[in-house]
Amino acid sequence: MAALAADLAAGRRSALQLADDALARAERAAALNSFIRIDADGARSAARAVDAQRAAGAALPALAGIPFAHKDIFCTRGVATTCGSRMLRDFVPPYDAQVVERLASAGAVSLGKTNMDEFAMGSSNENSAYGAVANPWDTARVPGGSSGGSAAAVAAGIVPFATGTDTGGSIRQPAAFCGITGLKPTYGRVSRYGMIAYASSLDCAGVLARSAADCAIVFDAIAGFDPRDATSVARPAEATAALLEQPLAGLRIGIAREYFGSGVQAGVGERVHAALRELERLGAVLVDVSLPNAHHAIAAYYVIAPAEASSNLARYDGVRYGHRTAHARSLDELYSLSRAEGFGAEVQRRILVGTYALSAGYYDAYYLRAQKVRRLIANDFAAAFAGVDLIAGPTAPTTAFRLGEKAGDALAMYAADVNTVAVNLAGLPAISLPAGLAGGLPAGLQLIAPAFAEARLLNAAHRLQLATDWHLQEPAA
Amino acid sequence: MSLDHAAVRHIARLARLAVADDQLESLRSDLERVLHLFDDLAAANVDNLAPLAHPHDQPLSLREDVVVDTDRSAQLLALAAASQGGYYLVPKVIE
Repeated sequence: MAALAADLAAGRRSALQLADDALARAERAAALNSFIRIDADGARSAARAVDAQRAAGAALPALAGIPFAHKDIFCTRGVATTCGSRMLRDFVPPYDAQVVERLASAGAVSLGKTNMDEFAMGSSNENSAYGAVANPWDTARVPGGSSGGSAAAVAAGIVPFATGTDTGGSIRQPAAFCGITGLKPTYGRVSRYGMIAYASSLDCAGVLARSAADCAIVFDAIAGFDPRDATSVARPAEATAALLEQPLAGLRIGIAREYFGSGVQAGVGERVHAALRELERLGAVLVDVSLPNAHHAIAAYYVIAPAEASSNLARYDGVRYGHRTAHARSLDELYSLSRAEGFGAEVQRRILVGTYALSAGYYDAYYLRAQKVRRLIANDFAAAFAGVDLIAGPTAPTTAFRLGEKAGDALAMYAADVNTVAVNLAGLPAISLPAGLAGGLPAGLQLIAPAFAEARLLNAAHRLQLATDWHLQEPAA
Repeated sequence: MSLDHAAVRHIARLARLAVADDQLESLRSDLERVLHLFDDLAAANVDNLAPLAHPHDQPLSLREDVVVDTDRSAQLLALAAASQGGYYLVPKVIE
């Protein structure tokens, strides 16, 4: 991205040329199905506006004229926003999400909206109403999910970065599967305003890019307090891009032994250990840590997230916006048929699970207990961070699995989230970095930081990337 | 935890999701498997722990009680499949 910005600043390329090139790449890579909608006219007109400002001598931000793509979960005024669902096939938002506003005002040029698991519920992008996405490293494999379209578009070189959201790993796991860098910020750091809700106490907007340095530039542009999101954190965000170069001498990295359990593919474990040795060579001190309740995270997450989803998705009633059935004879049928027709199988399953967990007689055993387990998990992290600066492990236990391999088995799919969901329960920032290839497919290293320590996370990631070339590896054609 | 068809119908009713008869059994077995996953929660020791609802235990921020939004009712009503005279249209409720 720095090279593109330098070309733009020196007048070697125009924003319009960059947008046209990116649109051409998107067309050549159409078989990946990484986009739900490409807005070529919108991209060209945004690019022309940046070129005009530059020609007029304006001082422009680092992102001005850089092409990118938005996950189709962010509301874009006048551009259809489907959230990967049939429910919102014809939904054209009347307003922009905060993340959309921020990137537009920084001059970044959106190419369109990327594919995703329906309402961000999935770990493979196979739950999209607009078809599965292929992994650019092996088109018979999934790109991960739910931000699978964003990850595939970046890995395929269509755009240098894309926005994503992460409720249980939806930025980090696809970043790992596609061999790119994915940052999930601290809960509340980036406004959720205009981001279609899945599980509000876990949902987090972030970025997928080719490097930690690029993630830092985008994060700095989107982070900050927003009064329109009641859970937005009212503390100033640091400029992380300015802190990337600090040496790592003395940085204490905890190796969470629970993240290297028996489910971790041997090749992935080897790659992650190789990355950790490299961090050690750069001056970091590796320490063993334990997160003794890590194995409860999947159960707690799959109670809390569906419970919140069942409440959030109650808004899709066939009345105000979204799909409306043509077969209702009563108001009750209007609700229940519109929802049954509009939602896909996994979304319906999670709504039912969440409804059950919140229903009379089960609330204490499920939802309340899951919230207590959530505190247990957050306490584990707090105890570990008393002795270390970062915690490390594999982002996902395996490399990308085959399309269809887990599609019929919800529990096997949920198990793929084992190393990521605890981070959301505790609201911490984390990043997934390429750690080289295992069996020809990318493996991901996850680094986790205490709340609001994105700068430390990006600094360590950047120093690792200065010393290695794993993040520069690209899929063949 | 085991579920029967009546329980699935009850949950689907609470969630306002229409379920066809031929979907009941597959939904029942799906849900039962997911609910078994939750048995794990009973094994965690959560004595004396308060539930955690917001990751930073942060109270929700409040804003000044002033009008900041303009009237966008026409724009919002335009998103509905059916509206008339400034109202959303639904099937008749009272005969």
